[in-house]
Amino acid sequence: MLTGHRTWVFDQKPVIVSTGTVGGPFEANGALAEDFDLLHSDLWLGQDSYEKAHKVLLEEASQKAIEKAGLQKEQIQFFLGGDLINQITPTSFACRTLGTPYLGLFGACSTSMEGLALGAYLVNTKGANYLLTGASSHNTAVEKQFRYPTEYGGQKPPTAQWTVTGAGVALLSDAGDGPCVTSATIGRVIDMGMTDPFNMGGAMAPAAVDTIEAHLTERNLKPSYYDLIVTGDLGQIGRAVSLDLFKKHGTPIREEQYQDCGLMIYRESQPVLSGASGPGCSATVVYGHLLNRMKKGEFKRILVVATGALLSPLSFQQSETIPCIAHAVSIEYGGE
Amino acid sequence: MSNNQKKQLTPVQQEYQDLEKQKETKRPVVKNCIKAFFTGGIICLIGQAIQLFYIYYFDFTDQTAGNPTVGTMIFISMLLTGFGVYDRIAQFGGAGSAVPVTGFGNAVISACIEHRTEGFVLGVGGNMFKLAGSVILFGTFSAFVIATIKTILIQWGGL
Repeated sequence: MLTGHRTWVFDQKPVIVSTGTVGGPFEANGALAEDFDLLHSDLWLGQDSYEKAHKVLLEEASQKAIEKAGLQKEQIQFFLGGDLINQITPTSFACRTLGTPYLGLFGACSTSMEGLALGAYLVNTKGANYLLTGASSHNTAVEKQFRYPTEYGGQKPPTAQWTVTGAGVALLSDAGDGPCVTSATIGRVIDMGMTDPFNMGGAMAPAAVDTIEAHLTERNLKPSYYDLIVTGDLGQIGRAVSLDLFKKHGTPIREEQYQDCGLMIYRESQPVLSGASGPGCSATVVYGHLLNRMKKGEFKRILVVATGALLSPLSFQQSETIPCIAHAVSIEYGGE
Repeated sequence: MSNNQKKQLTPVQQEYQDLEKQKETKRPVVKNCIKAFFTGGIICLIGQAIQLFYIYYFDFTDQTAGNPTVGTMIFISMLLTGFGVYDRIAQFGGAGSAVPVTGFGNAVISACIEHRTEGFVLGVGGNMFKLAGSVILFGTFSAFVIATIKTILIQWGGL
């Protein structure tokens, strides 16, 4: 259980029995299209507002996960999740449809791993037999929330990132077959005084580095223990900066084992500037692409570090700096 | 970043920011300026063509053709915004597409499109000038200040 100050080791090995991932049209053109369970060609998803479309993304991902596990939704005991919209309404409204007891979370783009860590903790301590955890984001709904209107002609700098339209949900259980959640490290809020909301990667990198190093120290592991250390949405700049920080701190992380979900999901030809971002980014890439690759045996042990920038449009306008957080969860499959 | 803000940073923050700056992709300023020059130039060229069109084919003079030209340019910009093209032009053109009156039209209509899901009164009406409102306010105010200065100079300055 508690190892060090902020790491949980899950001795009961909660299992991710199934996952559900849903994406939008931009993701359908992306590099990982075949790893999604469901892709939409319409950004509106047949709804009359982007927020409703956002809600539908999560509903569908949850249904997919339940369906793939061969369960009924009444068997799901809890739902842990969140998103970026005001008062996390898309997630809450999706849980209204689902009808499961619900714990709403907010960790910005780190919500996916915040949910997985807490979910694994609940399952590990026999607090639940089946629970769902997930995160979602919708490009235009988030743009509307945090930036300018979507059709507004403002030039974005090369450090900007593209919010993923997608939802990723994992069904955790105390028994079953699948990748196991073995440990989790909860992040601290790190603020390096960055103020540019168009450079999230640069702001979040120190949080990712802090959490990864704490995880390795507290579990007394070498980075080579993991086949892959994957960050949520640092993008090109965040990844480069964090590699520099590792080098500076003497943490021997190899460049090829250190990847970023935000750089995997889209093709190079897509105009996403520095990479992808959003809670849906790490959720869809990990629960879709990466777990599929684990099941194929490409990786045995991965450490997922979802990073989040805890700002709001209001805090930015009041010239506050951008505090950031990162949560790490290790997932293992096969080979003890 | 202003020096004032930098002073409040702790040494660790400052060190990190210096490190981060090295990795940050810089805005290609010169390239952006050239792109903006041509994008803005093309928009103004179209505007000029429309103005000449109004002068030659209708009863407008150099002085009066301005209003219908601006109206037409804004209309075109609104159509392009509605079809989702203007923001792409803007990503390429930057200030070149933001500074002309078409950019103003885009700021208004994009906010309208965005907020129509919240209804016509609170959504469209309430948010229409979300971006353009400060342009109108400070534009009008600066015009007032300049006009006042001009009046004073003419009245008492003997210009």
